[in-house]
Amino acid sequence: MSIEIKGITKQFGAFKALNDISLDVNSGELLALLGPSGCGKTTLLRVIAGLETADAGQILFHGNDATQTHVRERQVGFVFQHYALFRHMTVFENVAFGLRVRPKSTRPSDAEIKRRVHELLDLVQLDWLADRYPAQLSGGQRQRIALARALAVEPKVLLLDEPFGALDTQVRKELRRWLRRLHDEMHITSVFVTHDQEEALEVADRIVVMNKGQIEQIGTPEQVYDTPASPFVYQFLGDVNLFHSRVHEGWAEVAGQRFAAPEGKGALVYVRPHEIDLTRDAIDHAIAGQIAHIRLLGATVRLEVTVPDSEAVEVELVREQYQQNQWRVGEKVYLTPKNAQVYTDFSI
Amino acid sequence: MANNKIRRPGITDEAPWVKWLLTGIALVFIGLFLLIPLVSVFFEALRKGWELYLAALVEPDALSAVKLTLVTALIAVPLNLTFGVAAAWAIAKFEFKGKSVLITLIDLPFSVSPVVAGLIYVLLFGAHGWFGEWLGAHDIKIIFAVPGIVLATIFVTFPFVARELIPLMEAQGSDEEQAALVLGASGLQTFWRVTLPNIKWGLLYGVILANARAMGEFGAVSVVSGHIRGMTNTIPLHVEILYNEYNFVGAFACASILALLALVTLALKSWVEWKAERDDEAARIAANAE
Repeated sequence: MSIEIKGITKQFGAFKALNDISLDVNSGELLALLGPSGCGKTTLLRVIAGLETADAGQILFHGNDATQTHVRERQVGFVFQHYALFRHMTVFENVAFGLRVRPKSTRPSDAEIKRRVHELLDLVQLDWLADRYPAQLSGGQRQRIALARALAVEPKVLLLDEPFGALDTQVRKELRRWLRRLHDEMHITSVFVTHDQEEALEVADRIVVMNKGQIEQIGTPEQVYDTPASPFVYQFLGDVNLFHSRVHEGWAEVAGQRFAAPEGKGALVYVRPHEIDLTRDAIDHAIAGQIAHIRLLGATVRLEVTVPDSEAVEVELVREQYQQNQWRVGEKVYLTPKNAQVYTDFSI
Repeated sequence: MANNKIRRPGITDEAPWVKWLLTGIALVFIGLFLLIPLVSVFFEALRKGWELYLAALVEPDALSAVKLTLVTALIAVPLNLTFGVAAAWAIAKFEFKGKSVLITLIDLPFSVSPVVAGLIYVLLFGAHGWFGEWLGAHDIKIIFAVPGIVLATIFVTFPFVARELIPLMEAQGSDEEQAALVLGASGLQTFWRVTLPNIKWGLLYGVILANARAMGEFGAVSVVSGHIRGMTNTIPLHVEILYNEYNFVGAFACASILALLALVTLALKSWVEWKAERDDEAARIAANAE
């Protein structure tokens, strides 16, 4: 089922959490709302669910206006960041809850409920935990139960609020792959909120990057990563080096390097740390600098290079490349950006 | 887990005589101010033998006092239970204007002297009070009658349940209620199936305390009761009257009922605490066993 969001605005006191948001979620896709904390992504998710009412705007489910529909009747599945499992009920009863509270006329029989719950517990691979209480489960298990509970009512739309936010890295990576596989099997329209760009890039079909209550860019992971629409998106999707420059006859110059730039006054030149070549020999237009720090980060190595008239530049090398060249702290080096993104007349 | 006590050197390693002295002082105080008075109540009550003790209890005025006390508690406690849950629910789960005023108002009975609380009702419903004339014209008696006693008792026991529940419900947040709503539960289903089971021990604890206070209240009830024997005397008021008449056996016999009630309350209270803790502990141990 598709979701249309039209001109949603929401204010908390003087704080504008959502400012005229419009967005279409296609049927069957997995969409990520990505942004820093306080950007309004969770509020938007809660407005879609009906847990929050918008000050203005409309929410349409499959073309039907659902703005005034109570959260109870919206038929959405919602997964909370901190699971919100019913602590006094067993895992089985948690998953069965949505079926048990139905009015008598539509409530399945006990046998049917039992069958459905075990089917869902099988789906999340936790059938053996049916008689446990939430306090007895690990974080990852709890989140999978929360997902099974949300799916039990056969929702038309699945909404996940920072579903892996409270888990440690290892479990998180495992779970997000699992979620992707699950989505590929079920094809239920899903929206999930995250502040982790890696998570969004890995899992989502499309990403909506939000900042300060507004949408910065909507696109596939490749689109937002390769052609960021604004300096904010560029910065948010990975580590960056920033150079301030001025545009002169279509070129922005940074320490002798020239970048093609649209006309404008000030220019911001962004270069990703892994898109910089490092040499010992002076090359034309290369930026001269000195290695200040070297940090080993597992498969990659990060070097901090001090450059005159600019902030220190971060360079990321793969381990092999680093070992071949035997870079040392204090050495003089030359930097050549292989790729850069230039924005003119943007303020950050 | 429980056997695994952690020793913190330096903090509890006082010289033996300091330990004994501090413990001794505490024990002497408990003995002097709590234990001896409690024992003396039963001692005085039974001083002239079982027969007189039982006779003092089954005397019609005493029986009527017991009955009135029970009736008052039976009305006041459920009312405050309902109010307390509603108020705690509103305060803990919703944001609204005047919330802090409501919290202060709930605390009012704790900060006002019970005698003043009683006087308020006399001023409102007494013969010369604001509504006195109207009530007199319609032949409704509140002051110096059972309704006044019930009102005064409701007033003084007002905060117990709400005070117990507010911090508990605030700590639990409203995530589970929201989850229930999204899953299609109605407001009532959410309350019965999610909220109530989560607060049951805190609620029971509040009810026990409110009940103890309702049965033992003296000041506020004394002002509005009028001390009519066999009509408007609760147990505490009846004890006072008997004592003033030098009927010591009768006074202490009735007082022993209150003392017994206090002991039962204490036992119940400990049981609730123990039970709630055991529920938590069981969950924790099982979680650690993972």
